[in-house]
Amino acid sequence: MENPYKAYPVRIDSIDVATQDKSLRTFKFVFLNEGDEEKFAYESGQFAELSIPGKGEIPIGIASSPTEKGFVKFTVFRTGLVTNHLHNMKVGDIMGVRGPLGNSYPLKDLEGKNIVIIGAGFAFTTLRSTIVYLLDPKNRSRFGNIDVIYGARNPGMILYKDELTVWEKRDDINMHITVDSTDDPSWTYHTGFVPTITETQAPKADENTYAIMCGPPMMLKFTKPVLDKLGYSHDKIIMSLENRMKCGIGICGRCNIGKELICKDGPVFTLEQLKHMPEEDT
Amino acid sequence: MKVINIDKEKWASGVESLTSTYRLFGPVKEDDSHNFKELKKGELPDLAYGNSKLSPKSAVFPPSEAMFTYSLDEKNENHHILNDVKKDYSPRAVLGIRPCDAKAVSLVRMNFDTKEYRDPYWMDAFEATTFVGLACDNPCSTCFCTSTGCGPFSEEGLDVLLVENGNAYIAKALTAKGEKLMDAAGFKTAGDDSAIAAKKAAAEAKITASIETDKLSEKVIMDLYDAPIWDDISFSCINCCTCTYACPTCWCFDIQDENKGLSGVRMRNWDSCMTPLFTMHGSGHNPRSQKKQRVRQRFMHKLKYFLDKYQKGIMCVGCGRCVQQCPVNIDIRTVSKKMNDYVAAS
Amino acid sequence: MDAYITKIKEISERLLKDGTVEAVIGFRQGTVPTMSEPCMIKRSDDVKDLVWDSNCRINLCNYLTNRKEKLAIVAKGCDSRNIVTHIIENKIKRDQLFIIGVPCKGMNDKNTGELQDNCGTCTHRNPVIYDELVGDLVEEQTDVDKYADVKKVEALSSDEKWNFFNDLYSSCTRCHACRNACPLCYCPTCFVDESKPQWVGKADDAVDIRTYHFLRAYHCAGRCTDCGSCEAACPQNIKVRQMTKKLEKDCSELYGWEAGLTLDERPPLDTFKVDDREDFIK
Repeated sequence: MENPYKAYPVRIDSIDVATQDKSLRTFKFVFLNEGDEEKFAYESGQFAELSIPGKGEIPIGIASSPTEKGFVKFTVFRTGLVTNHLHNMKVGDIMGVRGPLGNSYPLKDLEGKNIVIIGAGFAFTTLRSTIVYLLDPKNRSRFGNIDVIYGARNPGMILYKDELTVWEKRDDINMHITVDSTDDPSWTYHTGFVPTITETQAPKADENTYAIMCGPPMMLKFTKPVLDKLGYSHDKIIMSLENRMKCGIGICGRCNIGKELICKDGPVFTLEQLKHMPEEDT
Repeated sequence: MKVINIDKEKWASGVESLTSTYRLFGPVKEDDSHNFKELKKGELPDLAYGNSKLSPKSAVFPPSEAMFTYSLDEKNENHHILNDVKKDYSPRAVLGIRPCDAKAVSLVRMNFDTKEYRDPYWMDAFEATTFVGLACDNPCSTCFCTSTGCGPFSEEGLDVLLVENGNAYIAKALTAKGEKLMDAAGFKTAGDDSAIAAKKAAAEAKITASIETDKLSEKVIMDLYDAPIWDDISFSCINCCTCTYACPTCWCFDIQDENKGLSGVRMRNWDSCMTPLFTMHGSGHNPRSQKKQRVRQRFMHKLKYFLDKYQKGIMCVGCGRCVQQCPVNIDIRTVSKKMNDYVAAS
Repeated sequence: MDAYITKIKEISERLLKDGTVEAVIGFRQGTVPTMSEPCMIKRSDDVKDLVWDSNCRINLCNYLTNRKEKLAIVAKGCDSRNIVTHIIENKIKRDQLFIIGVPCKGMNDKNTGELQDNCGTCTHRNPVIYDELVGDLVEEQTDVDKYADVKKVEALSSDEKWNFFNDLYSSCTRCHACRNACPLCYCPTCFVDESKPQWVGKADDAVDIRTYHFLRAYHCAGRCTDCGSCEAACPQNIKVRQMTKKLEKDCSELYGWEAGLTLDERPPLDTFKVDDREDFIK
């Protein structure tokens, strides 16, 4: 059996500045060893440990989709020791990727269902993976309506702009893009916080409609009551959590909340499950 | 199961014979307390001891352990790529482990050996180890193993149980691993275990302390979590790692890269839920920034989360180390009683 | 002792009942014979829990740091000196506190039951600052050699000193009980926990362990009252005062300074005087 702590060696293939303030960059990695990409078979919603020998590891949601081959992609916010170092690395540098880790959005269970994807800020990465997966010609027909509500602080903080523009033009996905505020007169999309936009744009709940949510704590806190109001039952609200993680495989203990280990039993839970788990922040 | 009689006079030569096949670990006296150490050549485990200050978990789970090495030198062809560390997983034996600590190893195994992942370092060390236990004739005043599903003569997690009987040990070889070790030591004289039952009863009768857990499984996690007991329980805590490091069932660890010049080692080190750093995010946000939250996490994990998750009892074997060593006398028995007695307002 | 306990309860009950303080910090009965537990009493009905005995060795000043409410605290001589230091260092305000002074004849060693080492050479058994005493002042010890053991170490050759300190810290597990029991160690992030930059390694390397102990001791120079909380807390029974006492001795010899005796003067190492001695700077 392989050592689950050992990262696959990868080379940085490209680095793109993802937001105007340069606090986020998108890294595309290619695997150095043949066969590793296949071993790294993942699903949307999973994460990986980006492993930089000499600095440490950092858990990051996978932004690429399983339908995209030849690379794996992460969009990383510059915040701590490892991410600061990563932001200073160059194309061609060698590091490691360990995973895939955690569970995924339960897309197999959502076949035939309508899906509303609600995201904000830089938590949009695994949702991007999900959208790319759902829109793949091999997959699209297996799902019902798809709505996407995505908010950022201002137009400069919106991730994956080029792709959003393309999705906007398609008629098999309803995009509802919003910013908290902007003084840009050419902004033609929504203005307002995600919960407000959700209230007016999200489809009404029914037996066949599920919400997938990922975002900062405040956005989640205020969007939950909106979904309640729209009639979404808690087993149809799917959320992704973040916690400090180290091992990523449910062994080192630090991401333990209640009976669950966020890195292995999560990070994806339904709101129904979360109701029975302590919320440490409070 | 085989019962063997070991004449105490033959113990030393038997241990000596083991050294050709096994790396030996055992209690060694240092200053005024015992700890489990790898025995030097010719050194015998000091079996005249109560229990060790730190638990023998370090025999399979060292406080610091190298996981990988790497080079940061870009001139090196394999720079920034993790290399495995050569480790010695040749057969080893822990001699004189107390039954509580052996049970702890089998509880901790559930964490390191799961259906999805096998922790290679812990498991390789575990599988290489033969656990030779020593029954407790004289439990300490802080021992409460009999109320944790364990006991001074418990056999869970052991390959051999030694029971002191005058000038001899009655050895119960409980597993194939245990029989192999007895063979390697040359201990072959068939014995009689009829004396054990009375000794066991006598030892158990000496244990007067207990932990109340009978109602814990029926409690609702969120009720205990929100119970107004934690401010008082946690007030005195200084958030050191004494309890977690001494505890045989605490397994949490941290992973750190330690560099020296252009080479380095990825290490794993014991960690503790008592420290704020344990849960601090890279962003500086800390979901468990308060002492109360951390103390609650430790006791909820031991006495409720683990119980609910595995249905194998609490994550405590009653060794009493945390009770003896806590600098401010936070006592898991008191905490458990408060949890056990707590009834949520309806 | 019984008279002390009666008085502690009586004062505490009065202060809680008349609203002078919101809580009393004292000790309650331990669960093992050699221990008493620090506690906070908030209701006058609960003052019955308060005790005083020779196991009240932990320095209660440790529980005052940055508290905002009005508090009463049971303080023996050393605790009171640390309260003085806390007030000077703005960790608590004098007018927030009602100090219940306990004249002290020494605490017992948790292992031997004999008089604790630091108490044997204590020259400030009576509280130096208090609002009410629980008994008559006790006679101070005058004819003691506080630094006999330090002098022995000073007399060693440098190799011998190296070995002495190596041996001293050899059983340290880095549990940080000494730091956390110390009322002086209130830094929001201790240097050993700092990751940007990381000053010391986190593994069990002897150099890192020594670095921790040396730097912690230096950080306490001129502030340490030799209360012995660090040694009382250490689960490995390491004589960590061997280092702090040397610095206490230096501060006494170089600056004629004893920590925590007056609110009117700052410790020598956080002030500068033109005539400060500097002949030890080489």
